[in-house]
Amino acid sequence: MRKTLSIIFVCLISWPALSQAILTIEITQGEATGLPIAVVEFGWNSKGKVPHQVPQNIGQIIESDLRRSGKFNPVAQKDFVSQPHTNSDVVFKDWRIARAEALLIGNVTEVSGKRYQVEFRLYDVFKQTQLAGFRYTVSADMLRLVAHQISDLVYEKLTGEPGAFTAQIAYVTKETRRQQGRNRVVYKLQVADSDGYGPRTVVTSKEPLLSPSWSVDARQVAYVSFERKRPIVYIQNLASGKRQKLSGFKGINSAPAFSPDGKNIALTLSKDGNPEIYVMNLATRRLQRLTRNRAIDTEPAWSPDGQRLVFTSDRAGKPQIYMMDSDGGNVERMTFEGGYNARASFSPDGKRLTLVTRENGKYHIGVLYLNDRSLHMVTDTQLDESPSFSPNGAIIIYATEVRGRGVLASVSSDGRTRQLYRFETGDVREPAWSPINQQLRYQ
Amino acid sequence: MKKAIWMIPLTILALGLSSCGGDEAVKPAVDDQSGAQTTPADTGSSAGADLLSERRVYFEYDSSAIDGEYAAIVEAHAKHLSSNTSLNVTLEGHADERGTREYNLALGERRAKAVARMMKALGVSGSRINVVSYGEEKPLALEHNESAWRQNRRVEIIY
Repeated sequence: MRKTLSIIFVCLISWPALSQAILTIEITQGEATGLPIAVVEFGWNSKGKVPHQVPQNIGQIIESDLRRSGKFNPVAQKDFVSQPHTNSDVVFKDWRIARAEALLIGNVTEVSGKRYQVEFRLYDVFKQTQLAGFRYTVSADMLRLVAHQISDLVYEKLTGEPGAFTAQIAYVTKETRRQQGRNRVVYKLQVADSDGYGPRTVVTSKEPLLSPSWSVDARQVAYVSFERKRPIVYIQNLASGKRQKLSGFKGINSAPAFSPDGKNIALTLSKDGNPEIYVMNLATRRLQRLTRNRAIDTEPAWSPDGQRLVFTSDRAGKPQIYMMDSDGGNVERMTFEGGYNARASFSPDGKRLTLVTRENGKYHIGVLYLNDRSLHMVTDTQLDESPSFSPNGAIIIYATEVRGRGVLASVSSDGRTRQLYRFETGDVREPAWSPINQQLRYQ
Repeated sequence: MKKAIWMIPLTILALGLSSCGGDEAVKPAVDDQSGAQTTPADTGSSAGADLLSERRVYFEYDSSAIDGEYAAIVEAHAKHLSSNTSLNVTLEGHADERGTREYNLALGERRAKAVARMMKALGVSGSRINVVSYGEEKPLALEHNESAWRQNRRVEIIY
């Protein structure tokens, strides 16, 4: 049973021209424990020459998504006996020989002008049955999003959990250019697809930008900007580009975190003497102070139900993770291992935290299981920071340093699969997953 | 200024040699600090003026304690500011890159406030002191090693 879907529009308005492109995604660690799936590059039927900006590697985009999740082990192309694009081309025996348990095929047809029809079919190789099949008709600029949407469907069909490949990432880049004998530094807050492609610049500044935080509907981003030579929190609508100053008190204004109900935002402010955590009502701008002591309290993050917050405090001498109720009550220390635990945030199911933890002088990404308080390292590199869970909890994106440059990396939340996102230039840092997937709308 | 830039690599080399086997908490040696300063050392000025040419206070890892030699620098600036009441001072707190950016932003402020507190105790009016933290965002040395980190954990005295 096939459905014909026609996409009318996507809730993202097209943004200014792409500015920075990712070159490659490099797998730095992988275990062959995932489900073996064969993804055949989609067939391509076009009338004339396809413009170079139209992605003709739909299969490759999907395969790379699935591999990054750590739950799939895509079969190598060299083991393919045939290259089917349609249902009648499929010979299941070929795929049993290739040791694939699932098979994904598809094709793209140019229908008119700049519109393309994308079809795919997912099969269970052993049962010799079709598990899913859809057809989309989209404009050229939506082809990547369709590929990610197919990844989400394949992921959900085969793991039983929703995919998050259509989610986005926000991050900050820093580029230094030599101009008229002087180094000119440019910071950009950018938003890109979950695989790093299609970056769009949200803000450009000569002064540092940090701590991007998504609103629950993924329509707004809050961030810290030093453009006025001190840290001020702004909130910006992604589609319109309109922004407003949210908090510009004396001292530090930083670490914004939207509450899950979208009504409040947690902040770190030092206006009353030293960094404390506050919650601001976004409608009334009224502030409620949650912490009250002489130590550093910062990096608030909400539990998915909005009832509690985790934060970093050095009230016991060294930075550790604490949890409190959303009114500041019932403060409880969560981490005891190691002399440095910071920047915790919840998994979407509320059962785990990801955080930065120090071991032997190196800063790694850890996962703390809340049921037994066990802390597991998921990275072993040196300057890892800014971890956040994908909206389905399967992948953690974080920032690290490779050969002197800041880069983004991802690790499956079990620590098994790791990848680096390689940008052409500059330092990349402060990644944050959008809390929800980009939606394709159908008629 | 050109001279100072030239001297930074020498400083790093000197620090590298002097801190073999040192841990992350090793503080900069007194002699090595002059290399990171912007004023040439051969001006033949008095000891007080020399201290005034030192515009950076360095800190140990995750610490805001002002050690002896830096206390003397802060004291010299406080004295100078007390007798030049038209001057306002900005204290810019910085951290090294290790650990999280937000925690380092807080740590930079704590360092700048420690210097501010000392200046106030020495008679500089709080209304003339502006404290700002850049956290780890504006490192002096861009390398990812111990000697770079040592130079980056600082408060800049600007007036």
